[in-house]
Parts: sequence; structure tokens; C-alpha cells
Amino acid sequence: MSALQQTILPLAYLVTGLLLIVGLKFLSSPARAKTGNLLAGVGMVIAVVATGLDTHIVTWTDILIGGGVGSIIGYVSARMVKMTAMPQMVALFNGAGGGAAALVSAGEFMKLSAGGAIAAGELVPILLSTIIGAVSFAGSIVAFLKLQELMTGRPVTYAGQQVVNGIVVLAVVGIAVAMLLGHAGPWSFVALAIAAGLLGVLGVLPIGGADMPVVISLLNSFTGVAVAVTGFELGNSVLIISGTLVGASGTLLTTLMARAMNRSIANVLFGAFGSVKAAGAAGPTTAGGGTVRTATVEDVATLLAYGRSVIIAPGYGMAVAQAQHAVRELAANLEKRGVDVKFAIHPVAGRMPGHMNVLLAEANVPYSQLHEMDEINPQFDSADVALVIGANDVTNPAARNVPNSPIYGMPILDVDHAQHVVVLKRSMNPGFAGIDNPLYENPKTMMLFGDAKDSVSKLAAAVNTV
Amino acid sequence: MTERLIVELTIFMLAVFVGFEVISKVPSMLHTPLMSATNAIHGIVIVGAMLVAGALIGGTAGHVIGLAAMLLASINVVGGFAVTGRMLQMFKAKAGPGK
Repeated sequence: MSALQQTILPLAYLVTGLLLIVGLKFLSSPARAKTGNLLAGVGMVIAVVATGLDTHIVTWTDILIGGGVGSIIGYVSARMVKMTAMPQMVALFNGAGGGAAALVSAGEFMKLSAGGAIAAGELVPILLSTIIGAVSFAGSIVAFLKLQELMTGRPVTYAGQQVVNGIVVLAVVGIAVAMLLGHAGPWSFVALAIAAGLLGVLGVLPIGGADMPVVISLLNSFTGVAVAVTGFELGNSVLIISGTLVGASGTLLTTLMARAMNRSIANVLFGAFGSVKAAGAAGPTTAGGGTVRTATVEDVATLLAYGRSVIIAPGYGMAVAQAQHAVRELAANLEKRGVDVKFAIHPVAGRMPGHMNVLLAEANVPYSQLHEMDEINPQFDSADVALVIGANDVTNPAARNVPNSPIYGMPILDVDHAQHVVVLKRSMNPGFAGIDNPLYENPKTMMLFGDAKDSVSKLAAAVNTV
Repeated sequence: MTERLIVELTIFMLAVFVGFEVISKVPSMLHTPLMSATNAIHGIVIVGAMLVAGALIGGTAGHVIGLAAMLLASINVVGGFAVTGRMLQMFKAKAGPGK
């Protein structure tokens, strides 16, 4: 019986680990994301049931009180919350996880303390998990308060902030070291948890509301690490696996998110420091700040493949790169998926009238797909994606509304009327006319940098796999 | 003890690589659901909470800590998965007609 239990529990944990990994894998593809979420959920249930059935571990009353009430709170709040409030909801759930990790460590600390002095090898993971868990717990709550607008979403900065934060970091390290050196009483533990929580609060305060998704993602990976360390302290493999998975994938995800916003993580975390004066002005009005959103091939491929209608606006860049065959392949692959594809031909796209028509005809693009500017412009309003391939000035909205622009008054393709705009471009250099294109700073525009032929070929392959 | 630690560190190291590998190619439209799903996954700490709640059944303070840990962890797990499910539903509804 006992031998059976000793086999069944680790086996159940193994299955859980497997399901979580496969679930995560599925979650990174739009078509299988729902299945992935389900698989991960099943894995979680298996771990919980297996642990619960190990009867000497916990009584059913406890399961009902702790787990039941928590599940109801979690489920109801997840159902009730408005879609727009999702980020702060995730922040709260994340904080709950971090808090749970710290509490588990507190429990383990109490249990081991009862048996006399705790060996350093056992104390280290307990302290680490407490610190990281408490930082994540308190930081997530501040993130929630900011997003829920219960406190200001602007960066909170004050003179001497770095000094204060430095002192708190020293306090956390100091208490932990003192505990390792033998002063591991219950009050030092409480002091450590409080100091770590304070660190979480102070760390998130100077970060602006717009950067909160990145911060939540970072705190999320913190909680993952805290859970993994908890696994070390309890000698529990499923906690190590799952926590580490979240820690690693969360870190990567945080980097990706920061990159999509054209920021570095360091810039998000510490950007407000030393820019107290600038922050006031820059906070609410980033619109004209000139940020450009860069996308990956996968991003663009997903957007295209799951759109209903895509309008491709080719320009000189396509001609230079000799990308017309790749473009036709992309269009054909999209149509195979049921996406409606049209080409918008600006009269002066390229370097000669009809340049685009010639190139596309050469690549066997059906003529019925090519549309002149006046005919296609009204259709951008209902298009999901406008894909600009190496066209610049002919899509420049400055021609419409910037009277002192050299191209003011030139008729342009209204690509910015589409729901999403994707610009394929070699670099941020201005186009033929040498003028900046505000289209690139439009919040709905994504830039995919690189050689047009190269990018389009990759896209053509990628739309088949997303 | 040392042997156990080595095994645990091995698991840890492999899990780090799997974690990086498994989401290396994710379109940005899935960033938020994925973050939410990993958020739910670290709710696995509920297993730790159950172990601690069980082990400490004697002392009142310990019992309360264990129960509080279970409460928080179950909020994390159930809420996390439910929210992720809702996000993905919205996403599907939007992508559906184009398929």
C-alpha cells in the first residue's frame, strides 16, 4: 500500500509535468491555444487529486475550507471581471500565487524550527522562496492598484528614491544573512517577509501604467521561481518542474513583450529613475513620441492568416528586392486559407507608372486582384490588414494633413484606414522623398524590418503553419 | 541529501531549457493569454500548500498558515485558468470567421 503510494504520487506528478509542458507548447499557437489551456488545467487537477488522495497529508475539511473557498473566489472573479480589466486580474492572481509560496515557506519554517536549529541547506530555499514570493505578492498588488486606477498610474518618483530602495535591499539581504548565521527566530522571519514585501512595493511604484503588462509578466516569472524554490525546500518534483517552466518561459515572454513595445526590461524597470522632471511631461502624451512597434514574422503571419481580408500595397522596395514571386506565393497561401487578398496599386508606386502591375503580372498574379488607387481606397476601411511591402511615400498620411510636408496634397493609399497596418521595410530610413512617415508611429502599425523578398518568403511559409 | 539535491538541480536545469524552448516562437497576439496561462500554472504551489497544511495539523498558527496558503493558491489556479479561458474564447470569436 505504502509502496504503491510511493509510486503513484510521483507518477501522477510526472504526468502533470508532461501535460503542463505540452499545454504551454499548444498555447503558443493560435489554433491550439484552447486545447493547451485545457491540458494544463487537467494536469493541475491530476496533481491536486493525487496529493489529496494521499490521505495522511491533508483532511477533507481543510481541502473544503482552503481550496473550496479559494476556488470559488478565483472562479467568480475571473468570470465577473470585464475584459478590459484582465491585466489587473492576472496581477491579483499572480500576487495570490506569490503569497501562497511565501506562506508555504513560512509553514515549512515553523515545522523545521520546532525540531531545533535548521540546517543552512534547508534554510536557504525557505528564505529565497519567502523573499521572492513576498516581492511578487506586494508588487502585484501595487500593479493591480495602478491598473485599477485606485492609485495613480503615473510613475511615482521622489528625491532619494534610489537610496531608500538600496536600504531596503540591504535590509532584506542583511536579515537573510543574519538568519543563516543562526538568528533564525520567528520574528526575523516576519521581518524578512515584511522587508521583501516593501521591496516589491517600492520596486513597482516608479513604473508607469503603460508598462504594467511587462511588469506583471516579470512578477509572474518571479512567482514561478518562488514556486520552483518551494519545490526544492519540500523536495517536490512537480513544483520544481512547473515553477521553473513558468520562471523560464515568463522571463522570455517578458523580454518579448518589452521588445514588442520597443523597450528593454531595464528601461521599463528603471526608466523613471533620474528622469523625474521628464516623466511628468512624457507620461500621458507618448503619441507624438515617435515609438515604432516592431513585429516578428510569426506575429505578422498570424495576423494575416487569421484576417478576413488583406490588402497588399507594394512599392519600390518590392521591385528592388525582386520579391514579386514571393508576394504571389504569400497571396496564394493566404487565399488557400480563405483570406480575401487584394493588391492596391498606387499610380506612382515604384519608379515608373505601372511598375507594380508589370512585376506582379510577371509573377502570375491574376489581374483581377490588382486594384487602382481610387477603386481600392474605400475598401481599406473594411480590411483587416494592410500589408505595405516596400512602399513609403505613397502611404504617407502626412500628404493628407501636414500642409508643410513636401508631399502635401499627393493622393495616397489609405492604408491607415485598415484595422492593422503591417509595414515591411529594409530600415527606418525615410523613403524616396526623404521625409518621415507618421504611419510608422501609428499605434496600429507594426514594422517588420528586413529585405522584402526574404521577409515575404518567410511569411509565405509561416502562414501555412500558424 | 546531496544526492537528492543533485537530482533536483538536474530537473531544474532541464526545466529551464524546456521553458525557454517551448514558447520561443509565439505571436504577440498570444502574449497576454500565454502570460495568464503560465500565471495559472504556478498555482501548482497549491500542492505545496496542501503538504504544509497537512504536516502542521497540530499547531493552530501553522494550521492557519497552511489554510491561508491553500486559499491563495486555489484562487491563483482556478482564477488563472478561468481568465485564460475567457481570453482565448474572445480570441477565437474574433479569428473564427477568417478561418
